[in-house]
Amino acid sequence: MAVDRIQKGATIDGFLVGELIHKGGMATLRAVTRSDIRMPILMKIPTTLEGDDPAAIVSFEMEQMILPRLSGIHVPKFVAANDFSVHPYIVMERIAGQTLLRRLDDLPLPYAEVAAIGAKVAVALDDLHRQHVVHLDVKPSNIVMREDTGDAALVDFGLAHHDQLPDLMGEEFRVPYGTAPYMAPEQILGDRRDARSDLFALGVLLYFFSTGVRPFGDPKGKRRLHRRLWRDPVPPRKRRADYPPWLQEIVLRCLEVDPAQRYPTAAQLALDLSHPEETKLTGRSERLKRDPWSAVIRRRFHPDFARPAPRQAVLAQVSTAPIVAVAIDLAEGSEPLHEALRVTVSRILETVPDARFACLNVLKHHRIALDTTLDEEGRSKHLKRLVELKHWAQPLRELENRITFHVLESADPAAALLEYVRTNRVDHIVMGARANSALRSLLGSVSQEVVAKAPCTVTVVRLPRPLDGDAELPETPQDAPAGGATR
Amino acid sequence: MRIAFMADLHANREALEACLAHAQAQEAGRLVFLGDYVNYGADPEWVAQTIMAHVEKGGIALRGNHDAAVGEWGGSMTSPAEVALEWTRNQLGPSHRAFLAALPLTYSENGFLCVHADASAPSRWSYVTDTEDAARSLRATTERLTLCGHVHKPALYNVPEGSDAPGAARAAKTTVFRPVAGIPVPLLPRRRWLAIVGSVGQPRDGNPAAAYALFDTARGEITTFRVAYDIDAAAEKIRAAGLPAMLADRLKWGL
Repeated sequence: MAVDRIQKGATIDGFLVGELIHKGGMATLRAVTRSDIRMPILMKIPTTLEGDDPAAIVSFEMEQMILPRLSGIHVPKFVAANDFSVHPYIVMERIAGQTLLRRLDDLPLPYAEVAAIGAKVAVALDDLHRQHVVHLDVKPSNIVMREDTGDAALVDFGLAHHDQLPDLMGEEFRVPYGTAPYMAPEQILGDRRDARSDLFALGVLLYFFSTGVRPFGDPKGKRRLHRRLWRDPVPPRKRRADYPPWLQEIVLRCLEVDPAQRYPTAAQLALDLSHPEETKLTGRSERLKRDPWSAVIRRRFHPDFARPAPRQAVLAQVSTAPIVAVAIDLAEGSEPLHEALRVTVSRILETVPDARFACLNVLKHHRIALDTTLDEEGRSKHLKRLVELKHWAQPLRELENRITFHVLESADPAAALLEYVRTNRVDHIVMGARANSALRSLLGSVSQEVVAKAPCTVTVVRLPRPLDGDAELPETPQDAPAGGATR
Repeated sequence: MRIAFMADLHANREALEACLAHAQAQEAGRLVFLGDYVNYGADPEWVAQTIMAHVEKGGIALRGNHDAAVGEWGGSMTSPAEVALEWTRNQLGPSHRAFLAALPLTYSENGFLCVHADASAPSRWSYVTDTEDAARSLRATTERLTLCGHVHKPALYNVPEGSDAPGAARAAKTTVFRPVAGIPVPLLPRRRWLAIVGSVGQPRDGNPAAAYALFDTARGEITTFRVAYDIDAAAEKIRAAGLPAMLADRLKWGL
């Protein structure tokens, strides 16, 4: 009824209805315009109404609740909504760009391109998860690559879960909703609260895009859908001989049955996808065949595999697995300061065991002079710094599998650190304060600038100063008190 | 218009003052009290007087089971409650007792119904603790939103419109949601809702902060707020009055 009235040329609540964009099972999309709105917009109208498929109605209600509460470039901008009393619809930004569905004819894609797409989608998912939402329907047709910026945007929140709003999809229906090839095992078992379900779906997409084959096919029926709970996928390296071990490591980690074995956050996944050379390889990267049947049968009849994973709120998961950047000043930092930094880092590790650490150093080059990349010993300065960073971390054995090392090159250390923090969605920066106040006033304080401009928490570690008459007063209000401060 | 709904004040002056100030800061244009103003706490007279002044100015206040009990002598209350009730009766003058006993059991306007407990039998004071209880209460009214107290734990139930009517095509499925403090929940128009607004004076959901709900009629959103108040002062007064010590202790734990 209401759907029929929304035809090309009709005007609804000031929106002039235009061409049909897409007609799907649950909703129809039409281009619309309104004189006061400059960006391209579209109207989403549920296809089925009362008495038909109740899931279509409930999923429309979910999107109506969730979309207006989302912001940022990784989702379409919400414009307006109307309920079922007159014309049910949602009006939102029509993102200029193509969905990843358009790429299916080109599969398999080059590995570097798969990683680049994956990193962008992971960043979009991280943004969504930080807004308390699990998408639960991540697949090529729901990912739009923005034409202008190249960023990934997620669309269709009809199956999504918001951990601060009533979960109507979860409460009203016994059967789990999702798209069969992409659904995570825990989602199949009815758990809608785990943000890592989206990482599983992205793993399916990465596998598909890099091999041309879906890891679990397109199963029909409950029994076949459940198979992924005990049957592991064919390792990508078996499908393509030149498949890079790092990519197999990332893809198979995403596809772990137990969410706790996957990446703890989308940001950590994005970090690996954008730094393939830094990805820690495990036995996953070496697999060339599937598990033997004996193992599969053991899993099939193990009671754990019918049990949904313990639930954790979306944002709680994000906040227990932060990315921590530790900036080490190799040129001026003293051994006592290095030790103080290690103490601070191990304290963080104790409270957030899923934290991921990125150990950074800035190799400063001069703006004008062409720097020689070799020092007098003939060793690359870059490599030397890397070795020194690893030496700094060496006493922190418990960090071994969760730390990566990066030497950034820049004329402006603070700017380089801040750039790294922004692109890699770092949650927390730990850095030492320059001890020598004469140098600080000459060169300026890097920590001071980072504290002032960082988009996240910054801990400045400082060695206690003797409290004698010669003690200098802090020169700036940003200076941390002895022992370190967090802001 | 923003309307603040407050229930289960239980003679806790500190909590009520904090919630009133919070609601004012939230630009609540109206206040509706959902019952149980007295008993348990140390300030029954001040709280009763505050409610009286509110009603005299044309405000809405409903009767709760404790308000009814102060006028009735006797009843089926648990032991510390009986001790406290006896004490409370002696604190209140006859005019306050008469005022509380005469308050209405329900109130409705513009699509919402207010009641202290279960709307299907307001004077029976049944607890709405699960989806079955909520479904029964929702069946007793055609209003789109029911607001109540009595259970001291905030909750938000809903049922799709028309699905709980006799002969509906799809069986009713009432669902529950534990509201997150400070986060507005849109009351989707295709559904009917039942909000338990939580307790101002004696929260029992493990969070000791005072609770109340704010309904934004223009946006169709309801928000549960948790408000910090001077728990130590309220607890100390309970002890000083010689009331059962557990009534003071439970305020600290919100249990």
